[in-house]
Amino acid sequence: MEQNEEGTMGSGAAVATEAKQAPVNAPREAPLIEVRDLTKVYGEGESAVHALQGVSLSVSHGEFVAIMGPSGSGKSTFMHLLGCLDRPTSGSYRLAGQEVSGLTRDQLAAIRSRQIGFVFQSFNLLARTSALENVELPMLYAGIPQKERDERARMLLEQVGLGERMDHRPNELSGGQQQRVAIARALANGAPFLMADEPTGNLDSASSAEIMTLFQHLNRDKGITVIVVTHAQDIASWSKRVVTFRDGLIIDDRPTGEASS
Amino acid sequence: MSITVLIRTAWKALQRNVSRSLLTMLGIIIGVGAVIASMAIGSGAQAAVLKQIESLGANLVIITPGSITTGGVSLGSGSRTTLKLDDINAIAANVPEIAGVAPYSQTSAQVVAGSANWYTVIGGTNPDWLSVGNWNLAQGAFFSKQDVSRVAKVAVLGSTVAANLFPAGGAVGSTVVIKSVPFRVLGVLQSKGQTGFGRDQDDVIIVPITTHQERLTGQTWVNSIMISAAAPETVAGVIDATERLLRLEHHLAPSDADDFTIRNIANVQQVREATVQTQALLLAAVAVVSLLVGGIGIMNIMLVSVTERTREIGLRMAVGGKGRDILLQFLIEALTMACAGGLIGVGMGIGISFLVSMLGKWPTVISPFSVFLGFVSAALTGVVFGFYPARRAAALDPIEALRYE
Repeated sequence: MEQNEEGTMGSGAAVATEAKQAPVNAPREAPLIEVRDLTKVYGEGESAVHALQGVSLSVSHGEFVAIMGPSGSGKSTFMHLLGCLDRPTSGSYRLAGQEVSGLTRDQLAAIRSRQIGFVFQSFNLLARTSALENVELPMLYAGIPQKERDERARMLLEQVGLGERMDHRPNELSGGQQQRVAIARALANGAPFLMADEPTGNLDSASSAEIMTLFQHLNRDKGITVIVVTHAQDIASWSKRVVTFRDGLIIDDRPTGEASS
Repeated sequence: MSITVLIRTAWKALQRNVSRSLLTMLGIIIGVGAVIASMAIGSGAQAAVLKQIESLGANLVIITPGSITTGGVSLGSGSRTTLKLDDINAIAANVPEIAGVAPYSQTSAQVVAGSANWYTVIGGTNPDWLSVGNWNLAQGAFFSKQDVSRVAKVAVLGSTVAANLFPAGGAVGSTVVIKSVPFRVLGVLQSKGQTGFGRDQDDVIIVPITTHQERLTGQTWVNSIMISAAAPETVAGVIDATERLLRLEHHLAPSDADDFTIRNIANVQQVREATVQTQALLLAAVAVVSLLVGGIGIMNIMLVSVTERTREIGLRMAVGGKGRDILLQFLIEALTMACAGGLIGVGMGIGISFLVSMLGKWPTVISPFSVFLGFVSAALTGVVFGFYPARRAAALDPIEALRYE
């Protein structure tokens, strides 16, 4: 089955494998994310909604970017496209040097499996399933053997500070702990790129700070590229770069801390 | 994902709501149970029929008198008096490849032996009856050809009669009185037990046909003639030769219809088997309908499950699950449910078969084939009806699914 999975990835497989090792091989040529004139239109004709109206952005390996904007600004649509959950109407998106805008559903699934780790506002852990098994889930789809799955999941849970709670189920964990399980899960297949959608939206300020510290640690010490979508200024302040959306366009892109106009 | 992981995941999902899973399986359980129980009961009946045919002898050809039709009203088989003892002698002398030919007439009477009495069937025949009817003697001897020609007042008792008239034993050599005529008991027959349909074959007294006619009934014809063909292959030839001979004996013109009926026990067997097959077909139809309903139940619950777990599906897709992975997950969940239902159904079918044979005194035979068939149909139902919900799950849009509340 593992072999089949590799097979169905087709031309993407070679690039994906290359990209997986990319973070180690400094210096790199291509940026991790390179988006050019990306548009997304929902619906057709008169009622068509132009959620993105030509967005270009480049994110290098090791960056920590916050994407901000009011609701309806297109930041969620942009995040779905960056996360390979959806396909753009037009424009180009190169992830780790590979053009992904024209890939099929299954090819996108393969990219998500290897390249992108998702962290959601509502954690999205499987209920009645231990922290360990939750972290193993992406590895099941990547076809990693049992022994390796187990070892890696344990290592990751220790890394996020949950070494003592591996067998706990989500309902036995606090919100902050659940989000840390989700982060361990996002890292399971060694993705170079974490995509977090309002990761602290359901957490109190103490837990929020813990989670953001964890992101900072992963970014600084492990070289993992982090993109956080948020509407909260204090969360954005943990990042190194803030990109602001409005009406389907990027209206501001500057290093964190510099005053916006 | 490996198949073991998929099965484990499916099992876990089913455990999440045990009562719902069980209720969903109910249709499958009943369907499979019905398949196995009905086949067990059907083949039990078939076995009983076969046993009876075996006890009669498979090469048996039975001749009964034809029916009388007066003014369009038929009085039914055996209402004519066309079969005579002469016919038996003619058959014995002229039809080749027969092992034996025996007349049979019967009447009922109260039989007295000392202080005991018993109401039973009195059969009249000749010594060939023993081999033609596949009987054996438990004690004493059967009457001889001389006894028949001498119109001897001798009798052979069935084991039920012997047990009731002579509870202490010692039947052989005693005297029984039938219709005021004393008969000397020559022997006792070995028990044959009940027929497949509950008639006690041992509740009988056998006397020479001549004595039967002259002393007990006064009738000059016989009720039936039984011929035992030498081998199964010769049955057809024996029937043919007998028919021609009897037409000749009865002086029938070529335009006349037979005034007798010749049947082979194999014909009877075929008719009985056809009946059993019809019953089995009916029960199979019930089982199919039940499985269909069970399958729709599974499809229904799987659709509910897909809706309930939309977010889970979205997450699985986000972390790299492909359409095929999701499809397989839900398909295997439906399959697991159907197979579990199938297993319970197999258990239930076997249980019902045991109950029927214990309480209903109906012979049942559980064939491994029916168990296999029941289980495979359950699994097939799971796959067929699990496919649509699974495909719906696999076709979900990951973004929509993740957003689902």
